[in-house]
Amino acid sequence: MDIVKIRKEKLSEFLKKLKDRYRLYGPVPQGNMVHFLPVQDAADMDLSFQNAILSAKFLFLPQSERLFEYSLDSARDDAHILKEVRKDYSPRAVIGVRPCDARAFRLVDVNFDTEKFRDPWWVKAREATTLVGLGCTSPCSTCFCTSVGGAPFDEAGLDVLLTDVGEVFLAKALTDKGENLLKTGKAFETAEKELVDRATTIQQEAAAKIVSRVDTSRLAELDTLTLFEADFWEGLHFACINCGVCTYLCPTCWCFDIQDETHGSAGSRIRNWDSCMFPLFTLHASGHNPRGEKIQRVRQRFMHKLKYYVDKYKNGVACVGCGRCVQHCPVNIDIRQVFQLMNEYKS
Amino acid sequence: MLNYTSKIRETARRLLTENRVDAVIGFKKGTVPMTCQPVLITTPEDVDTLYWDSFCGVNLANYLPKRKERIAVVAKGCDSRNIAVHILENQIKRDQVFIMGVPCKGMVDRRKIIRALDNQEPLEVTEDADTFVARGRDIEKSFNRADVLQDNCAICIRRNPVIYDELMGDPVPEQEGIDRYADVQELETMGPDERWKYFEVLVGPCIRCYACRDACPLCYCPTCFVDESRPQWLGKSADPTDTMTFHLLRAFHCAGRCTDCGACERACPMDIKVRQFTKKLEKDVIELYGHEAGMSLETRPPLDAYRPDDPEDFIR
Amino acid sequence: MFERGIGFVENPYLPYPVRIEKITIETEDRNLKTFRVSFLTPEDEKKFAYHPGQFAEISVAGKGECPIGIASSPTESGFLLFTVNKAGVVTTHLHNMKEGDIMGVRGPLGNWYSLDEMEGKNVVIIGGGFAFTTLRSTIVYMLAEENRKRFGKISVVYGARNEGMLLYQDELSAWQERSDIEMNITVDCSDDPFCKYHIGFVPTITEQKITSAENSVAIICGPPIMIKFTQPVLEKVGFPPEAIIMSLENRMKCGIGMCGRCNVGAEYVCKDGPVFTLAKLNTLPKEY
Repeated sequence: MDIVKIRKEKLSEFLKKLKDRYRLYGPVPQGNMVHFLPVQDAADMDLSFQNAILSAKFLFLPQSERLFEYSLDSARDDAHILKEVRKDYSPRAVIGVRPCDARAFRLVDVNFDTEKFRDPWWVKAREATTLVGLGCTSPCSTCFCTSVGGAPFDEAGLDVLLTDVGEVFLAKALTDKGENLLKTGKAFETAEKELVDRATTIQQEAAAKIVSRVDTSRLAELDTLTLFEADFWEGLHFACINCGVCTYLCPTCWCFDIQDETHGSAGSRIRNWDSCMFPLFTLHASGHNPRGEKIQRVRQRFMHKLKYYVDKYKNGVACVGCGRCVQHCPVNIDIRQVFQLMNEYKS
Repeated sequence: MLNYTSKIRETARRLLTENRVDAVIGFKKGTVPMTCQPVLITTPEDVDTLYWDSFCGVNLANYLPKRKERIAVVAKGCDSRNIAVHILENQIKRDQVFIMGVPCKGMVDRRKIIRALDNQEPLEVTEDADTFVARGRDIEKSFNRADVLQDNCAICIRRNPVIYDELMGDPVPEQEGIDRYADVQELETMGPDERWKYFEVLVGPCIRCYACRDACPLCYCPTCFVDESRPQWLGKSADPTDTMTFHLLRAFHCAGRCTDCGACERACPMDIKVRQFTKKLEKDVIELYGHEAGMSLETRPPLDAYRPDDPEDFIR
Repeated sequence: MFERGIGFVENPYLPYPVRIEKITIETEDRNLKTFRVSFLTPEDEKKFAYHPGQFAEISVAGKGECPIGIASSPTESGFLLFTVNKAGVVTTHLHNMKEGDIMGVRGPLGNWYSLDEMEGKNVVIIGGGFAFTTLRSTIVYMLAEENRKRFGKISVVYGARNEGMLLYQDELSAWQERSDIEMNITVDCSDDPFCKYHIGFVPTITEQKITSAENSVAIICGPPIMIKFTQPVLEKVGFPPEAIIMSLENRMKCGIGMCGRCNVGAEYVCKDGPVFTLAKLNTLPKEY
């Protein structure tokens, strides 16, 4: 399919046609922040945003998700037996996902979609969702996607890539899902060569605007135990307050907790976001806690993202350089510094 | 307040060289404009990492509970009151901590500057006395401190440390004519339903990251009530009832102890004005018990002391 | 199974419903009970084909799940055995349940003792306290008529705090009578002058009774302190780290390597373990 153009004044029309088939999500300003929320019209969205505070990961791994329901009423013959909760996996489209976030979901896929086990909710949600990415014309000073395998106009994980070329968006279908979406939106106007060239220039300039870099070249070859026992964790961990900001905002973090909640005689088994930064994350019922010290938890987060994941999945680091943790950590623990400390480490 | 940096360094160097403390807790300059990182300095060689500016809003008293060593800590007015509360609550001993008091003219709210730049990212922010210049890619704006203060600093009446071992600068004049509770009074005029709706909307974006709790020096319980499982007090999901319960109960746990340092609001990634919970309790404690948190090491907090003349008209 | 949506995905989080058939109190402090459960749906039992060393997530609706080693052997059909220590929310509730009650099991999960690779070898089994559960599964499996000849000498060292804390006492007695397995049961201390067991800690008895590592493999399962002192004994006898097999525990939730909680280094104890050789563990951070 050729690259097509969607005139900005026709965006509403485009979305209207999409709504016939997809439930739409887009970046919606709320107060001082932008969130990915359901949208009904182009006017609901702000596509000039930098990035949403929370990645669209919640569309595949909601912060709280009812998995099963049960009754404890012994009069029922299905008492105590868990049943799956019905879900709506009708098609969805997310407009305006940034390439870093889309790439992140690919990195998380290897966790939920494995040879031995497939997480049905993640897998189904991913299948039902078409990602329409919006490349970053002006990356932030804390973005470092290019150092970790991405780029402001990276196509990995996206179904359509939009480039903002002034009066129009150029839209490139990257997968069958993307083609279907553009066809549903009746986006058939082929983009002229000048526009395509302009888009290419914008994309190249965007990549050049990335000023923040990290080096990951030695992470795979470094010995795990040497890094684990390195001396820099001591100085690094002090400021951390063990909150969940970095993990909840991070598009590649996926840890979750499962809890049962009962009201009267009916209840649900619910999955919630959890964080390895929380002190109780690894607490045994016996009271033993392998990561009871703050330094152990801080070390775990970075060892997991920059080393264990690298070794386990041979997929690069579990970081896409979106910069959210850098911008929002309340005590300015900077993952870019950790990259450097780890990558340059010599015992 | 930039001039405090040299005094802080000099003091830290002296304390460590003379072996009067084992470590110093201060700040170093952040890697992102308008941020600072709390840091633990243990050798005189490292003191030049220490830094001070108007973005040091983190409350360093948060790092004190249950420390074993002799520790020096840089403390603003509000932070010093939290240290007093820690001492009263046996989280640290007075002779263990050397308080490097910082008379504070108010911390600047980073988000206010970002918003004023039309959400263009500030690449560099410089500070000179009470003027701040923020430069973005194609924008440059200058601000007066008074216009971009953290909400709690704008109404602060305790800018000078109340307990300290050494001051890092000359005392600053306290603000006068401040109505600390204008926002609370507005809420008090609302009926219960309207007020409930207000708070529902307020905590709507909450993602239960617990940054507010973890940034707060008062929250040092070994197991927070939200983490208890036997019995379990509230659910762990994003259920609005559980979220509201968390904020309400946490605020009550802070009653009579909170110094309105603003660390909670500063830490919240969703920009929730969580001080709306604690301000009301602060007002109530002052009105009912005449007590302002952390002002003295002699007075016990009202909720852990009994006086025969304690008010009881709320007991029905 | 999901029936709607796009395609269908088998759900590894959905437990098989089981009924508690029998509850046996194993220890004198009543903190350990063995639950014998049967599948409500017979086909589920076939899907639950397992190996000694694996575990299952026991699911109690309204309370949650906990990972428990499977104490029964695949050679025992029609039921599963779980020996559960009362420790937290789920296990406390489990201990208050009655015969006939319904709960769920999810699994079998984790890897298992590589018994196929132990064929023709002598097998040393060392267990302490209530970590003996999967070792019971292993012993019953190996002693089964169709399996016994596949293995060489089987030696067991099993210790508990005192006689009242030993698990499976009837079976232990029966095994002591057999000639095709050497049982060395020990208690830390005893008031009984006629105590029929050894008296001493597991590492001490191991040192006395396990004198050769020739063509041998050791499976060791127990509290960290026991392992800490038994490991050097085995090394002294000549067991290389590849021949020392251990089973780890960790806090778990999903049990299928997705929630991220139980990792030791890059390994998930629930999926890449819980069985690891000492050689493998030596490459991992000591965070367990």
